[in-house]
Amino acid sequence: MTIQAPEPLLTPVYQYPESLTHVPTHYCPGCTHGIAHRLIAEVIDEMGVRQDTIGVASVGCSVFSYRYFATDFAQAAHGRAPAMATGVKRANPDKLVFTYQGDGDLASIGAAEILHAAVRGENITVFFVNNAIYGMTGGQMAPTTLEGQKTTSSPAGRDAATTGAPLRMSELLAQVDGAAYVVRRSLHDVVQIRRAKKAIRRALEVQRQGLGFAMVELLSSCPTNWGLAPDAALAFIRDEMVPVFPLGDLKVPDEPAAGAPA
Amino acid sequence: MSVELLKGNVAFAEAAVRAGCEAYFGYPITPQTEALEHMAKRMPELGRVFVQAESEVAAINMVYGAAAAGMRTMTSSSSPGVSLMMEGLSYMAGSEVPAVLVDVMRGGPGLGNIAPAQSDYLQMVKGGGHGDYKMIVLAPATVQEMIDLTLLAFDLADRYRIVSVLLADGSMGQMMEGAELPPMKPLAERPAWALTGARDRDTNLVSSIHLDPEEEETFNLHLQAKYAEIEANEVRFEEHLLDDARVAVVAFGTAARVAKTAIAGLRAEGVAAGLLRPITLWPYPEAALRDLAARVDALLVVEMNAGQMVEDVRRIVEGRVPVRFYGRTGGVMPMPEEIADAIRETASAGAASGAPADTAAGGSDAPAQEVPA
Repeated sequence: MTIQAPEPLLTPVYQYPESLTHVPTHYCPGCTHGIAHRLIAEVIDEMGVRQDTIGVASVGCSVFSYRYFATDFAQAAHGRAPAMATGVKRANPDKLVFTYQGDGDLASIGAAEILHAAVRGENITVFFVNNAIYGMTGGQMAPTTLEGQKTTSSPAGRDAATTGAPLRMSELLAQVDGAAYVVRRSLHDVVQIRRAKKAIRRALEVQRQGLGFAMVELLSSCPTNWGLAPDAALAFIRDEMVPVFPLGDLKVPDEPAAGAPA
Repeated sequence: MSVELLKGNVAFAEAAVRAGCEAYFGYPITPQTEALEHMAKRMPELGRVFVQAESEVAAINMVYGAAAAGMRTMTSSSSPGVSLMMEGLSYMAGSEVPAVLVDVMRGGPGLGNIAPAQSDYLQMVKGGGHGDYKMIVLAPATVQEMIDLTLLAFDLADRYRIVSVLLADGSMGQMMEGAELPPMKPLAERPAWALTGARDRDTNLVSSIHLDPEEEETFNLHLQAKYAEIEANEVRFEEHLLDDARVAVVAFGTAARVAKTAIAGLRAEGVAAGLLRPITLWPYPEAALRDLAARVDALLVVEMNAGQMVEDVRRIVEGRVPVRFYGRTGGVMPMPEEIADAIRETASAGAASGAPADTAAGGSDAPAQEVPA
């Protein structure tokens, strides 16, 4: 005897995104990379552009992001994703090209590449996952590490006098004329996650309209290297990171992107 | 087609355009900047891609991106800039994307100067970046070869999914000579593996990562097999007056040109000198060199460096015949008379040593090395 589901349950309201593969991720429990991946994949699905999108993975915890997106992908050298994406996009001007980079990759070793991609108004979308630490190599200090934050390479806490203060890349890039859309969002609760998704949508719409460089910074958790439980890690984003990295639009295009959700 | 008076840097850049290069990424550096300037004008007027990158690091990674997208693409630079590209070249080898790099070498190390040198031989021929990899290295000796070998570089890069290097020196880039440009080639289709969006096909990945050591080794074995195929099929060299030679010069590029002048003078004096000029520095003309070593009394390697290719020559010759070296460094060009003197010394040392002997070290094998004051 087969069990017939009631009619309303045949209407799916929450599905596995077509733009994600079915490969289990390598991310630690409580890490928000998975949420970031899912949001990007949902947006690619909703825009109907999976077959016209090319991703560029970086080096760090997101090195394997190419395994998880069901789009064409390149895997770049550390920090060079914006340069590689420049080549990919110039060769495929009618495709959507995005990079997915962490803070060590984007704000430290790749600072020149991200800055000049913005300067050129390179028509790519950058997803910048900022968890204030080097995750893959085991929790070293990043340019985004908070003052006083203990890491394996700042065991006494980051000392601004000798290592500088946290670098705010979104504020920096928002100063650049070629940047069309720069926004910082967070993944620490449901409301913020929904806002992050809207920003991701808008950033890809900006590219689709050829308006120039777009970057979505996503404040993200690293429970393993912060030494915090997943829920405490989300609270750390909210209570410690957000005051240093304020959320919101840093730069928006002159004309609202048509088709982007408000 | 007709012969035009062309500068080397402009000649290879225009040759690349005609070879169907669709994307050029570069950064200004003397003595190759005319190539970048030529591309800045030519590529946009043809609707192709030109980007002046913020650094050579960025330039090579842009090339990596365009190559991953399946476009014929290139960059050009000079020694210090090429050093910055080593990271990208290793990644490109590790993901098997084709591209062309032109290195118009200058005096070094460090900032050095802007005069012609050949001191990037080891960096280019032995890989330069991290990991076990090779690049096809072509050494032009005329402006015509700057053109012809650029065309070949693109074809070989595509055929083997490898980076091809045109290894020239500052004088090759700066000199003007009569040369003939080829007609414009049609643009190539993107290959099936390229990143073009997964429309009606499975997704493509361009990556150099193999986290599992066994998998990485399998990939390395694949690379080595490809390199062996290139070594078997793509060796190119020029033999000049070698039929009756008792002493032979081995030299490439500008050094070979100067050696030819020296050899012409010596021939007039009755010295049986000749020249083996490798055109491919990798794959190296090993069989031709071994064959030559069995026929002559001595070899003289002439380079515009402190002795780089001579390491390969000695490795290949395996002591069958004395191998001497004459080099000038720091951007100093050897003069024909200096090379003629070195050939004479090599010839008399070779004659004195008699039949091919075990002279791998010391004795007559000692380098007749010029040390500029």
